[in-house]
Amino acid sequence: MAEKQYMTINMGPQHPATHGVLRLVLELDGEVIVKAIPHIGHLHRGVEKLSESKTYHQVIPLTDRLDYTNAMGNNLAYVLAVEKLLGLEVPKRAQYLRVMMAELQRIAAHLIWLGTHVLDIGALTPIFYTFREREDVLRIFEEVAGGRLTPTYLRIGGVSKDLPEETKGKIKAFVESFPKHLQDYETLLTQNVIWLKRTKEIGILSKEDAINWGVTGPTLRASAVKWDVRKAFPYSSYDAFDFDIPFGSVGDVYDRYIVRMREMEWSNAIVRQALERLPKGPVLAEDPKIGLPPKEAVQTDMAALIRHFKIASEGFYPPPGEVYASVESAKGELGFYIVSDGSNHPFRVRIRPPSFLNLGALPKMIEGGLIADVVSAIGSVDIVLGEIDR
Amino acid sequence: MADVHLGLKKLREKFPSSILAEKTFRGEVTVTVPKGMILEICRFLYSDPDLRYHFLTDLCGLDLFPDTPRFGVVYLLYSMKNNERLRLKARIGEGESVASVESIWKAADWLEREVYDLFGIPFENHPDLRRILLWEGYEGHPLRKDYPVEGPDFDKPFVPEV
Amino acid sequence: MGIETSLENTPFLPVLDKVVNWGRKYSIWPVTFGLACCALEMMVASMATWDIARFGSEVFRPSPRQADLMIVAGTLTKKMAPMVKRIYEQMPEPKWVIALGACACSGGIFRTYSVVQGVDQILPVDFYVPGCPPKPEALLAALVKLQKKIEGESLANRKDVPGRLALGK
Repeated sequence: MAEKQYMTINMGPQHPATHGVLRLVLELDGEVIVKAIPHIGHLHRGVEKLSESKTYHQVIPLTDRLDYTNAMGNNLAYVLAVEKLLGLEVPKRAQYLRVMMAELQRIAAHLIWLGTHVLDIGALTPIFYTFREREDVLRIFEEVAGGRLTPTYLRIGGVSKDLPEETKGKIKAFVESFPKHLQDYETLLTQNVIWLKRTKEIGILSKEDAINWGVTGPTLRASAVKWDVRKAFPYSSYDAFDFDIPFGSVGDVYDRYIVRMREMEWSNAIVRQALERLPKGPVLAEDPKIGLPPKEAVQTDMAALIRHFKIASEGFYPPPGEVYASVESAKGELGFYIVSDGSNHPFRVRIRPPSFLNLGALPKMIEGGLIADVVSAIGSVDIVLGEIDR
Repeated sequence: MADVHLGLKKLREKFPSSILAEKTFRGEVTVTVPKGMILEICRFLYSDPDLRYHFLTDLCGLDLFPDTPRFGVVYLLYSMKNNERLRLKARIGEGESVASVESIWKAADWLEREVYDLFGIPFENHPDLRRILLWEGYEGHPLRKDYPVEGPDFDKPFVPEV
Repeated sequence: MGIETSLENTPFLPVLDKVVNWGRKYSIWPVTFGLACCALEMMVASMATWDIARFGSEVFRPSPRQADLMIVAGTLTKKMAPMVKRIYEQMPEPKWVIALGACACSGGIFRTYSVVQGVDQILPVDFYVPGCPPKPEALLAALVKLQKKIEGESLANRKDVPGRLALGK
């Protein structure tokens, strides 16, 4: 009597639908998935070990490259942790600028998610539209910070440069035109029969499972848990803004889609509020040991030159201790746990990656489903391998 | 911010002898406990109806070379009911192991595998303890303090086995 | 051995070269090999603002058997290196490699225990595009330079069978 054998196939690290170098080993019974084992680590670059040999300022560019769709958010999480360790107060204008950039980055990250997710499922049109909108956001970043994908805009104590006047007009134009584009995407997808058939009741994650597996972000909110770091532990003046948190009911792929679309609307509203209420003032904290002096002073004044040299090469010496600070990135709760022993290098930098824990819950979502639904589920969880592997 | 940390208060009442050290720094509460009591304390924090620490935010390792005991495992717990965070720390010597909390929070599954991979700390009763970020057959545990950043064989040319 | 060896000394070869190279250089199809952040700039290069399809790269083929260019975009780690080598070996000749970004050129800012310091340690690279990440225009410039390089190739100069007119590569 032959015993039942399952077919094992490999959805390898080079695959158009795995959103990076993720390897899934699937055991199939026909087309039904019996067991799914993710293999990660193909992009492990040793960021945590590398940050132990750099000064606190030099770690900021490394954080850009973690979740490369959400660079401003990563910078913000690290910089908030270091400022908490130092007990440093950030000026109000810098806080509002940080919020504006973080929300614009959230819109850009969700636009990438939308384009690539629907492309995997088969809709070829929306990706061209979403990437066109994203170009507007990246142009704003380039004017403000100098880089499109990895701007490294934030500094410990504030932001590096103030907002130029022409860029304000660009941001205003984007904020005015974006709701209409969102309406376009919804017209293509939300009531579309094919979209509904491929996303409803697929990849369901129940509320208890989501909490037990440590899932955060839109994936958690789609499973009917109304929790967001911006409301639970407000940072960087988020409590001064007026926004709501969308959440779903069932926890399937369609709910995650709706949650992220609503989040884009709310992010747009937050950027509009930040632009209207931007306070005046400095953009970097006045502490002479931590903030770099302005470039004009460095090129004319001897004392500023010496200060710049000392801070850039040696850094500063924070008090010994350990802190944890987290932000709501586009993927979930991104946290930095920094242990300091009093020297100018961090003793331990631990990155709490949201996509790592979200991916751990993926086998629960796809086991028992069909193989064609794996692609929908992976796209809806929205993983970024740079963050999972660090 | 609540003026009394509920988790700390209840821990002081229930396990007074297990609190080796407690510290409040920048509004965060850290409690150091002996490694043998980790599973029991975590189970209490999870199931107590007033506390309900149902969310394991993070689990990571620390290498405090040349201090002894050398390693530390840090658990960051979160209670949605009270909106408060609690950090538990356990010091582990070289070659010793600690109980796995995977039976309480499934999130610990991959997190503990990562600590085992990068530090070499084994976890008892873990369903599937193997390397996660580095490949099978890799020698050494990179995040230890005596491991060089560039790796031991940086100057030799790299040949992949296809 | 192939029609080239019998045509080598005839006046047909330069004409055949010109036609074949014209076909090859204006229809380079890359294989999807985005590893890290540079993959996003590669995707953007194929989208509306910097359309790569007008240079001939109409589609990015997922299967290496149907592609002739491999754009290595992103950091190459030691865990991923055997797979890159296997995919490169699965591509049929003629094939070219562009190393996109600082990490693919030389390891980038990651001088650590798990990163291969440059793709050229395991693959022969034709063009290096520096930047972190490079703008999509840089990728398009590399593609145009690659087209010029293909224009100068000759059928008699096959990589596996050196012809009598071999240029000593």
